[in-house]
Amino acid sequence: MAGIAEKVASLSNEEILRYSRHLIMPEVGMEGQLKLKQARVLCIGAGGLGSPLALYLGAAGVGTLGIVDYDVVDFTNLQRQVIHGTSDVGRKKLDSAAETLREINPNIEIRKFETRLTSANALELLREFDIIADGTDNFPTRYLVNDACVLTGKPNVYGSIFRFEGQASVFATQQGPCYRCLYPEPPPPGLVPSCAEGGVLGILPGLVGVIQATETIKLILGSGEPLIGRLLLVDALSMRFRELKLRKNRDCPACGTHPTVTELIDYNQFCGIRGDEAAAPKSMTDISVEELKKRLDRGDDIFVLDVREPHEYQICNLGGYLIPLNDLPKRVSELDSSREIVVHCKMGGRSAKAADFLRQSGFTKVHNLTGGINAWAERIDPKIPRY
Amino acid sequence: MKILLPTPLRQYAGKQSTIDVEASTVGEALKVLMSSYPDLRKHLYSDEGKLRAFVNLYLNDEDIRYLQADQTAVKEGDTLSIVPSIAGGSF
Repeated sequence: MAGIAEKVASLSNEEILRYSRHLIMPEVGMEGQLKLKQARVLCIGAGGLGSPLALYLGAAGVGTLGIVDYDVVDFTNLQRQVIHGTSDVGRKKLDSAAETLREINPNIEIRKFETRLTSANALELLREFDIIADGTDNFPTRYLVNDACVLTGKPNVYGSIFRFEGQASVFATQQGPCYRCLYPEPPPPGLVPSCAEGGVLGILPGLVGVIQATETIKLILGSGEPLIGRLLLVDALSMRFRELKLRKNRDCPACGTHPTVTELIDYNQFCGIRGDEAAAPKSMTDISVEELKKRLDRGDDIFVLDVREPHEYQICNLGGYLIPLNDLPKRVSELDSSREIVVHCKMGGRSAKAADFLRQSGFTKVHNLTGGINAWAERIDPKIPRY
Repeated sequence: MKILLPTPLRQYAGKQSTIDVEASTVGEALKVLMSSYPDLRKHLYSDEGKLRAFVNLYLNDEDIRYLQADQTAVKEGDTLSIVPSIAGGSF
């Protein structure tokens, strides 16, 4: 850091005016603002959490802001990913985020990494930064970020969300616990609802991402009480903040006294995800939306079973019989096993589980609609909204 | 005592976020909970009957792994929180 400190020794008059409200506070002051200017923070993901994180870190004057993202802005992102706008739909999130940040603060350096964070590139990427802010959306990347932070000795400012509920903490500091001290292993795939199925309240990543930004800035300034060794739980519905104690686990495979994770591993395998199967499982019993359309038009006797939730049925439906996936075991008697059944949900994940369950229950003529009602909306009937 | 359920598990417990139970240990409290809501079992315990590695239990603000685990005594007014890992962020 010393070399960099010499290079950026002062603020311009424009910067002094811009950061005036920081500079007049003794807790930040000129010294703190220069620390912010010299700091290098890497945001993993420019999505729900990454948006507020990058916006506030950029505005606060964090000198070097790295962003790792390979995704493209989609209409469904706009409800919460506030760094992107409507005219950005279809653009790379990196480009859209960098443009917004440059408009907010042209004094900062934005480093764009258009890649998926992998075991092959993570250590090299992290080395160029001081603090890592984890705004990813899946378990393999979460464990990858954690292990890479432990191995490179960089603090991991963590935030995670589900529907109305969020978690935040600071992991992988010298004295504090890491993510694996808290959760040694990820859940098996399928037990936790996927992102598109689970949904999320738009403000929640704002709330949690701003907590991450706050913690990042405190770490840079070296002031206050960082969330080290504490897990903050946020429930937006009840608007309750709770705090749980976290301990560094001596037996932790990553940061314990005898670590077994000494290099990055295959995190998809660690999380039980095997290659292409992670995507929509394909089998002989799947049916495409085109095939279903053809057969319905032909007048085939097909019973369409919709396993989504009632509030999703209200958004759009194919006129199917509604039994939400979780209710299926107790309502299976409502179905006629002699008829041919096509099961669908939004994207094909829940209906695959429903189809498996029905087959195990003795139904022999069950098909899963690949891509769900979203595929139907895209390829068969544009009047049906995609969500 | 009170058991606080996280959002992902509420659907298996009649959409409730808080459940009152009478018990003298953490293990007993969970047993009572799962006898009322059997669907919760597979989300909390593996087939071998072990608490799943991505589910943590906190008595008030303390991880029961650092207390007496299942045997930890509980009293009226205590809160047991079930805190599973969640991965969401950029979606």
